[in-house]
Amino acid sequence: MILVPMRTTKQGTTLNAGKLKDAYKETTSTAEIKQEDMDRLGLKKGDRVRLRVGTHAVVVSCIPRKIKVTDNSSGLIFMPYGPTTSALMVDGDTAGTGMPASKHLVVEIEGPLAPEEDDG
Amino acid sequence: MDKNTATEKNTTIIKNATCTFCGCVCDDMELTVDLDEKCIIKSKNACVLGKAWFSEHSVDESRPVALIDGKEASLEDAIEEAAQILVNARFPIIYGLSDTTSEAQRQAVAMADYLSANIDSTSSVCHGPTGMGLQGVGEPTTTLGEVKNRADMVVYWGCNPTDCHPRLSTHFTVMPKGMYIPNGRKDRTVINVDIRSTSTTNIADLFVQLKPGSDYELLSALRSISRGRRLNPSIEEQTGVPMATIEDVAHRLMSCNYGILFFGMGLTMTRGRHYNTGALHLLAADLNEHTHFVVKPARGHGNVTGADTVMSWQTGYPFGVNFNRGYPRHEPGEFTTTDILVRGEADAACIIASDPIANFARPAIEHLKKIPVISFDPKPTPTSQIARVALTTACYGINVPGTVYRMDDIPIPLRPAFESPFPSDLDILKPLTERIRELKAH
Repeated sequence: MILVPMRTTKQGTTLNAGKLKDAYKETTSTAEIKQEDMDRLGLKKGDRVRLRVGTHAVVVSCIPRKIKVTDNSSGLIFMPYGPTTSALMVDGDTAGTGMPASKHLVVEIEGPLAPEEDDG
Repeated sequence: MDKNTATEKNTTIIKNATCTFCGCVCDDMELTVDLDEKCIIKSKNACVLGKAWFSEHSVDESRPVALIDGKEASLEDAIEEAAQILVNARFPIIYGLSDTTSEAQRQAVAMADYLSANIDSTSSVCHGPTGMGLQGVGEPTTTLGEVKNRADMVVYWGCNPTDCHPRLSTHFTVMPKGMYIPNGRKDRTVINVDIRSTSTTNIADLFVQLKPGSDYELLSALRSISRGRRLNPSIEEQTGVPMATIEDVAHRLMSCNYGILFFGMGLTMTRGRHYNTGALHLLAADLNEHTHFVVKPARGHGNVTGADTVMSWQTGYPFGVNFNRGYPRHEPGEFTTTDILVRGEADAACIIASDPIANFARPAIEHLKKIPVISFDPKPTPTSQIARVALTTACYGINVPGTVYRMDDIPIPLRPAFESPFPSDLDILKPLTERIRELKAH
């Protein structure tokens, strides 16, 4: 699937409270996935999934996207920018611009994970 | 500063205060300040992000003003340690600068000059490609006041201001009545172009969903129509947008009285980067053959526009500036911070009002963790946690006066709410620069 890091209001309010606090960590480690994709992958709201790029992986929880206007965003994962999405930006190449490819990261998704599975 | 004594608690009211959370830099805040607790208890007119910004920046006087290797230190010792680190480095870098005053930004440029250092702002991982794009093709620019009074066509492309700049639409661009927009929202058309529907889509008259990574193709298609050319039908497959929709959008853009293209990271952080932003600016230029059209990036941090502006009038370049040869050079990809860190070149970093450990690509973070870091921040962050010297600073706009630049390059004065026991970035940068000059002289 394609991971698209993004900004959200909750990310903005929680970073004001502090980036070391649980609320910020939680919102920047929650993936929003279209309900149809979650059904296809056998995922339920709150399930933990592993996102992997090459040899690097993170474990996040997932929730269905809440949208009013229907779109065709199948195959896309949205997650607020933060340490978790940075951990999946494994390529520092900026194509001579200074800007690494921060959106449209191709990730493998694995889940739902059992509670005892670690974050590696 | 207009202060009125309020009720019961020892409070004061600051009128026309400025919010520095995002690039809107709304300057109509009315803050109620608890002077005993040193906190803001009410922020009238603020959006949800602004309310969090004001309420969460109380002063924690228990925090040390500085840490060296995790141990409490005096400000003087911390400045001395920081000066030694920077002077003894072969390739020091200064980075951040988007959440501080322009006075501090100017001082940071001077410090970079004395150090023969590299200086860069968060623009390089934000709208840096916008600067590159407009340098190539020019910028049909405007102010938010002009948009408020004239724009009957508002396009949000690859941005979601309803979540990220909540008052952009309600205070400046969509909802307000203006001189030539007497009915406000009813007189405007809003088009949202994005790869997904967002909360901004909810306020749009038309949502155009395109395939991820096909912005350049869609922009080029719109330019072609505005120049009277016919499109190849393959554009539907390339962009995912039906031909009829592309033609409809093009004709709406050409037939408005005054149009504005706002755009965000959806263009700068994806494949194409500065080609995308260049194409967007060229679209506006082409549309000026039919009507009046302008472009503005929706800037994120409160004074990231100031970082570009100050660096431009100090060095000639907006970001990614290197003083290694004793004069400023600019080269994105060469002197931008991510690239310098990924190549492992920097051997010391001064991070001012920014948190690259939370936001940079993994290889850049890995190198940053290997070198001595000096951090300036009002709050503990992942970057301050790894810093050799971590300085606690007062918050600009809330505790610190000065100047910031709104996203439309308009300078706005700050009216701080209450004093902080901690120094401002400028309070630290001045003696730090002076100490660096002394050490360099010997």
